[in-house]
Amino acid sequence: MSTAIESLVNREYQYGFVSDIESDTVAPGLSEDVVRIISAKKNEPEWLLEWRLKAYRRWLTMKEPHWPNVTYPPIDYQASRYWSAPTSVKPLQSLDEVDPELVRTYEKLGISLNEQKFLSGVAVDAIFDSVSVGTTMKEELAAHGVIFCSFGEAVKEHPDLVRKYLGSVVPYSDNFFAALNSAVFSDGSFCYVPKGVKCPMELSTYFRINAADTGQFERTLIIADEGASVSYLEGCTAPKRSTNQLHAAVVEIIALDNAAVKYSTVQNWYAGDAEGKGGIYNFVTKRGKAHTNSKISWTQVETGSAITWKYPSVILQGDNSTGEFYSVAVVNNMQQADTGTKMIHIGKNTKSTIVSKGISAGHGNNSYRGRVKVMPRADNARNYTQCDSMLIGNRCGAHTFPYIEVENPSATVEHEASTSKIGEDQIFYCKQRGISAEQAVSMIVSGFCREVFQELPMEFALEAQQLLGITLEGSVG
Amino acid sequence: MTDAVLTQAPDSPEVERVGAPIPHATRDARAAEYVGQFGEFARGQEPMWLGAQRRAAIESFATLGFPTTSNEDWHFTSVAALLERTYVPVATASEALSARDIARFQFEGDWQTLVFLNGHFVGQLSQIESGLKVYAGPMSDALSDEARARIVERHFGGLADTRTHAFTALNSAFSGDGAFIHVAADTVAPRNVHLLFVSDDAAEGALVSPRNAIVLEHHAEATVMESYVALGNANYLTNAVTEVYVGDGARLRHYKIQRESINAYHVGSWYANQGRACTYEAFSFAIGADMSRTNIATLLDGEGSHVSLDGLYLVNGDQTVDHQTSVIHAKESCTSHELYKGVLDGDSHAVFNGKVYVHPEAQKTDGKQSNNNLLLSEGARVDTKPQLEIYADDVKCTHGATIGPVDSTALFYLKSRGIGPSIAIRLLTYAFAAEVLEELTIPAVRDELERLAFERFAVGA
Repeated sequence: MSTAIESLVNREYQYGFVSDIESDTVAPGLSEDVVRIISAKKNEPEWLLEWRLKAYRRWLTMKEPHWPNVTYPPIDYQASRYWSAPTSVKPLQSLDEVDPELVRTYEKLGISLNEQKFLSGVAVDAIFDSVSVGTTMKEELAAHGVIFCSFGEAVKEHPDLVRKYLGSVVPYSDNFFAALNSAVFSDGSFCYVPKGVKCPMELSTYFRINAADTGQFERTLIIADEGASVSYLEGCTAPKRSTNQLHAAVVEIIALDNAAVKYSTVQNWYAGDAEGKGGIYNFVTKRGKAHTNSKISWTQVETGSAITWKYPSVILQGDNSTGEFYSVAVVNNMQQADTGTKMIHIGKNTKSTIVSKGISAGHGNNSYRGRVKVMPRADNARNYTQCDSMLIGNRCGAHTFPYIEVENPSATVEHEASTSKIGEDQIFYCKQRGISAEQAVSMIVSGFCREVFQELPMEFALEAQQLLGITLEGSVG
Repeated sequence: MTDAVLTQAPDSPEVERVGAPIPHATRDARAAEYVGQFGEFARGQEPMWLGAQRRAAIESFATLGFPTTSNEDWHFTSVAALLERTYVPVATASEALSARDIARFQFEGDWQTLVFLNGHFVGQLSQIESGLKVYAGPMSDALSDEARARIVERHFGGLADTRTHAFTALNSAFSGDGAFIHVAADTVAPRNVHLLFVSDDAAEGALVSPRNAIVLEHHAEATVMESYVALGNANYLTNAVTEVYVGDGARLRHYKIQRESINAYHVGSWYANQGRACTYEAFSFAIGADMSRTNIATLLDGEGSHVSLDGLYLVNGDQTVDHQTSVIHAKESCTSHELYKGVLDGDSHAVFNGKVYVHPEAQKTDGKQSNNNLLLSEGARVDTKPQLEIYADDVKCTHGATIGPVDSTALFYLKSRGIGPSIAIRLLTYAFAAEVLEELTIPAVRDELERLAFERFAVGA
């Protein structure tokens, strides 16, 4: 590694600040009582409390999975707090009622709700810790019949929809972290697009973890009814902390017949410092169920978190349904990522595409783990998988664990993977043309990730490129 | 040898495990029976160190037990079927074998054959090479010579992983006769060696545990073929282990043809260690057995070495064929090349798991791996997992896997030229398989395997 390149990356995490807001926090620990308190604080109906309790009891019987290719000290689930809400929150009529401190926090993050409300055409359901504090563009969405609100609100206003679909894609018994989430989920987003409606704008949620030692357990439920279509953006930043924080979210997507859902994520949780101290553990379950002729597309840019453990998946239930997964995962310093997707082909003529780009730098370890399964009745199923890795430096690792299981002879499944590095000669070539090493690396990496970036909505694509540059700063060699 | 952390697939409700789950009690009871019969296992005269290795191995097996499908390496292949009875080593050799019986398993050209029947060496049908520089004979014979026994001792058990692999531990405990091949430095073995493991009807219920070692000193060269064949349809378990040492600058061609009885189970494991600038060509051809499992692991432990791992499997009916390969790049500038192809008909099931592991110091590694499968029937099933673990940055590693039916455009093309569908499918299947057979450098072997492959499609079509 040349020293010129080596000296490139060391910008501090710029979103590392702590907002000083009084929080209403439950004592650390997890028990049936805590589950009841959470449910009571949210004024939840009886059935939801029962569901949470079932999940909690199941969770007690489950073991934390250790098959991902990541290492971390044991998590003490009794040391976390499972409820924290900014106390100043009352039911809001307008943004003016939001705590000015909160608004300033958002402004630091570059998301001015007011501005976005009027200028960008993006409705933002911003989540500060666990309670939704501001929702914009509601009226316009309501005119189209689109429901976009916090999960808690949905439970109150649309209990039938929530009850029908909650847990239908990710059952509470699905895995250890999904069970934990089902028991103690705090809040999240709910979106319902009615029959035949094309959602007039891109929906967006920003997440933030704020209070110290508070695990955040989002629950997102997106339903696109027959013939509907929606594009949903999720972006994350988190303030700097020295103790690890657990984030175990669940996202469920239901695309009914002829519907289309596009879910894009830019994840920039705090990754810990250069020694691997601190940082978020991001253990997320994301899954969609695609009915006849429908399409679910996941796009993710993962640059943050100390550990990422996440497999956005699609169950291709209906005939002619389509699943897509586009991913860029970057690890630097001591970051670890074990991410990929599952495409389960059940219906006939189902199609899936997987494009995964992994970049490893510093001491980071990046694993792609994917499963493509073609069930016996999935005639003419088609899958194409491409996963490329790029290594920057010789202390990092890039791994690929694809599982391909085919039980139907008419299926065509292809998997390709490659590993490469940024060559000194490439950097040299750029430098002699007056492009700095840093710019050269950023250029090469952008080119490497282009196939994924072009799947992102415009504003996200720009942010993603910048994030990538920041994440890789100082690690280049 | 580095063994990667056991990883398990993401759990999900739609993903069922293969085969009926074996009750723990059954599995443990079966393992206990094997441990129990170790006491009565007749070993005859053998060196102290070998006895010690056996005892250590049976202890290890007692701890490990038989693998379940929750063991990542056995995730897609269930051993339930071979737990239905306890297989017992055959105490004495039968006299029944004649030269005529085995004639059809021989190859054209200059071959030296060592014949084993149900695990016992058959002297009158074999030729032992016992020169100053080259030895190729049965393990029992090699151990009877003091100087040679010392060479055996230096290599026996040095690579076989009895700590984590239950079947390797089982082999080490019950290992019967096998071949020992030693080629001194700067020497080319005068003849290709053919190890012919025959099972006849007397093998019903037998545990056959061949144990081989191949040692090539620096700049030596040899070709070794392992054939597993059956005269009849007995139900037995072959559990073979071969340890392979390829010295600096040496070159070994190592082939395996597995055409066991259709009711038999076959587990074969190769453990290789490669020095500097040497070449190891391993080829596996599998058409037999109800369930077969081939493990091939090599450690590239010297700079500038090359390994090629190729294979072809053709299965139908209820057969299961499983290949697990592992290439560990531990030193700089090594190349590995891997191509496995499979053709599946009937309700057969193929499993492939290829692992390429690149250590941080193994810069300039060039690794290539592919697994292609052709599905000819409704009931066929393939589980493939090509896997890369890379810790060095200046490497070129690719892998690919494909699973699919016969290309409909190619089929249409042939049909439009007046070739009927069944012949067209056979032609395309043959062409698919031929690619990997072309890698074979000995014409006699290539021709024989092409014949076997073609025969197989004739039955399958």
